[in-house]
Amino acid sequence: MARLSRAAWLYLAAVVAAGGLVLARSIVSVRSDLDVPGSVTLAVLAGLFLLCDSLPTTLTTRQSAWSPSASPTLAAVVLLGPAGAALVGATSLLSLRRGLRLTERAFNGAMNVLAAFTAAEVYLALGGPVAVPSRASFPWIIAPFAAAAAAHVLVNHGVLGGMLKLLPQQGDAWPRRRGAFGTPALLASDLGYAALGLLMAALWSHRVVGPSAAVLVLVPLFVARWAMGQFAAQERAYAATMAALCQAVETKDLYTRGHSERVSKGAAMLASEIGMRAERVSAIRYAGMLHDVGKLGVPTKVLQKEGPLTEEELAAIQLHPMRGLEIVREIGFLDEALNGIMHHHERIDGRGYPLGLAGDEIPEFARVIAVADAFDSMTSNRSYRGAREVGEAIGELRRWSGTQFDPALVDAFIAALAREGWERPAPPDLTPEHEDALAAQDHDDPTAPLRVIESR
Amino acid sequence: MMTTPRPSRPAWQAMDSGELLLVAVAAILVVAAVAQTAASGFAQPRIALAFGGLIALGELLRLELPGARQAAPIASAGAIAYAMLLRVGAVPALHPPLHVIAVAAAGMTVGALPHVAAGRPAGLAGMASRLVAVACVALLFRPLAGLDVVARHWWAALAVMGALVALGWLVKCLIEALLRADALRVRFGVALSDEMRAQLPLGVAIGASSMLVAFAAEVMGLAALAVFIVPLLVTQLAFRRYAGIRDTYLQTVRALARVTEVGGYVESGHARRVGGLAVAVGRELGMREPDLLELEYAALMHDIGQLSLREPIPGGATVLVSPADQCRIAELGAGVIEQAGVLDGVADLVRRQYQPWRATGVSAGARSADRSAAGAPAPSDAAPPVGSRIIRAANAFDDLVGASSDRDRTMAALERLRLDTASEYDPAVVEALSRVAARRRSARR
Repeated sequence: MARLSRAAWLYLAAVVAAGGLVLARSIVSVRSDLDVPGSVTLAVLAGLFLLCDSLPTTLTTRQSAWSPSASPTLAAVVLLGPAGAALVGATSLLSLRRGLRLTERAFNGAMNVLAAFTAAEVYLALGGPVAVPSRASFPWIIAPFAAAAAAHVLVNHGVLGGMLKLLPQQGDAWPRRRGAFGTPALLASDLGYAALGLLMAALWSHRVVGPSAAVLVLVPLFVARWAMGQFAAQERAYAATMAALCQAVETKDLYTRGHSERVSKGAAMLASEIGMRAERVSAIRYAGMLHDVGKLGVPTKVLQKEGPLTEEELAAIQLHPMRGLEIVREIGFLDEALNGIMHHHERIDGRGYPLGLAGDEIPEFARVIAVADAFDSMTSNRSYRGAREVGEAIGELRRWSGTQFDPALVDAFIAALAREGWERPAPPDLTPEHEDALAAQDHDDPTAPLRVIESR
Repeated sequence: MMTTPRPSRPAWQAMDSGELLLVAVAAILVVAAVAQTAASGFAQPRIALAFGGLIALGELLRLELPGARQAAPIASAGAIAYAMLLRVGAVPALHPPLHVIAVAAAGMTVGALPHVAAGRPAGLAGMASRLVAVACVALLFRPLAGLDVVARHWWAALAVMGALVALGWLVKCLIEALLRADALRVRFGVALSDEMRAQLPLGVAIGASSMLVAFAAEVMGLAALAVFIVPLLVTQLAFRRYAGIRDTYLQTVRALARVTEVGGYVESGHARRVGGLAVAVGRELGMREPDLLELEYAALMHDIGQLSLREPIPGGATVLVSPADQCRIAELGAGVIEQAGVLDGVADLVRRQYQPWRATGVSAGARSADRSAAGAPAPSDAAPPVGSRIIRAANAFDDLVGASSDRDRTMAALERLRLDTASEYDPAVVEALSRVAARRRSARR
């Protein structure tokens, strides 16, 4: 967690205070109630919790780590009731995860205590028996248990989501308007691991395996964790590879270096501003990255030509969205991303290319990319002008709003800029050895349209 | 991934002989099982129905692991759990092994029907190998289930179950490796170790889950199935996402490797052809799957350095360019790939693709000069890695032959490569390449 705002501090204090209160009450009640087998159960579950909590997997899509510690917590709900469950949740104070600050530790501990306690209370309220489940408990135990699992997930994600909302934005990793909850996949996996808790609890009484079954229960859990880790690593590698290849495409023109990356960032920023779902934001990030890949099909001498272009040369430049589509068509990601690449030079008034679509006919992705694309072009250096200030470029966006750009998107983009700022690229290195990589005109710049030789 | 698309043929013809044999064995098992079950009837139809339903659901939710491997973890875990069931609640499970086979086969068939209806391949071979593995476990465990020692001592039950789960996994790996060795011309040893590495994580999850269900059914009754299915679903979701991103990754590299073609730097289809050829040659030489993937990436991107050239090389054929330029292109390409920070092995293959396999004369000098300029350690006399040698030969072959399948042209190109095996091309690679080319010609005919 980076430096916290006052609201975040208040929120943190409230969560920790609530967690501390529940924990204190639980300790008192456990000291009077717990018998010897109960304390063995508590110790084993706490150990399992610590094991799960100490081996998290970091997901790329959020700042927090994902760990399967819901299973021992939910087992504690069934075997020990509210006080015991709260104590098991409190074990995360002792997490062996490295690099945790004291505030994070306190917050995680309080959050887990609250989630476990709430789940156990829900379980009790719906008539779930706090005991080692026997044959007679099934299948009636499943309904209160499912409710407890849902409550656990809700509290966990709710408390965490609230905190993430108050944290300063770190990059564009956490889309703002996605609400307090993680992705559906993450919710589903948390629920799945909660369900393992019932299996753990049920096997506790088993004549053959008993508590050692907990080890077996953990096996599929850690396999899933391994697969999630592999997925996250592959996803990072994928993003890095794509960025590297896009940079390679840009080497042809010194002035547009880093353009793809910045458009990708800008498009993602705008997309989360207007409340797109996480998957769509990640798709538009890739679409922004790849939007100009078709420029490679435009001959270098056309890109670098000084002075007006002939009709054919203009046509060659205007073909680049289609060329880009041709290259990326086989990548199996969202069709929407492909539409975004193909139509990113359409204009709201219908005077764009390649198809001359107008208004709502233009796919949303394309309208988003168009804004980010033009904005980055205006705030970058070009051979025929210096980089514009952000404020000046915003003025230009407003000027073309309604003719070239979607007005609603322009407003949203300006709002996002006001909050998150924009980093303009450094001026290019104009040493002689790079002289052969200069473009004289920029097709993305709305303030300096491509000059064409009048044929008549 | 890494499969060569087969021309469309009738379904039975599209199957390799190995697959046909496997399906035949499975069919015999099923016929025997169904006949026996029909004669005796189900002793405990409710249990059979519950497990059959679970297996059908698992088959419906199949997933594809990296390397075009079909898996149905929920179906496998359900079937193995049914095979190892000791009691449900207080009632001992009485079903004979052939019932397990009948239930598994019926469940799989029902689960596969929607796939067929949606026009996807039925995946008969995958189903057959899963069924044979389950049959092994069932035939060995069911007779033991009645023994006192297993019923009374938890350690005996645990040990037997663990051993049988491992055996079932091994049988499945063996079958799949045999099929792969046959279909993709991989050496059996390599295929087996690839298969075991690919199947281990999911196999462990399946094994542990099936043992859990078998135990949990004693306490929870059939509700154990409903509870255990959720975590396995999550595991499956994680694997699906993993396999999905791996696919997308490869597709993206394939697609972006084409930028050199769209830019007019190389002939159309060059990157993809070199990629396919390099993988086939690597397989012929017994390379393992992770190395093959790296090789495929490197082969697809081997010309990416040309993007930094101001104007395309005429025809894009790097085989006709001076060694110094080849070196520069390779170096630039490796630089691009290194930017990603995750593909250093691939970058190394690309960097060293221009090196003759045996360092001699001018090129060796040029190389060490270049290396010292780049500040890299100079293993200048070491032969380039086998991946680089393969890419070098495959690239030269494709530059000379292109998309053409003309026999004389192929032979002439191979002859030219062979003449250069003294220094330029690795003779083992060229021989493997000619075997691959000959096979492709005969397949086309």
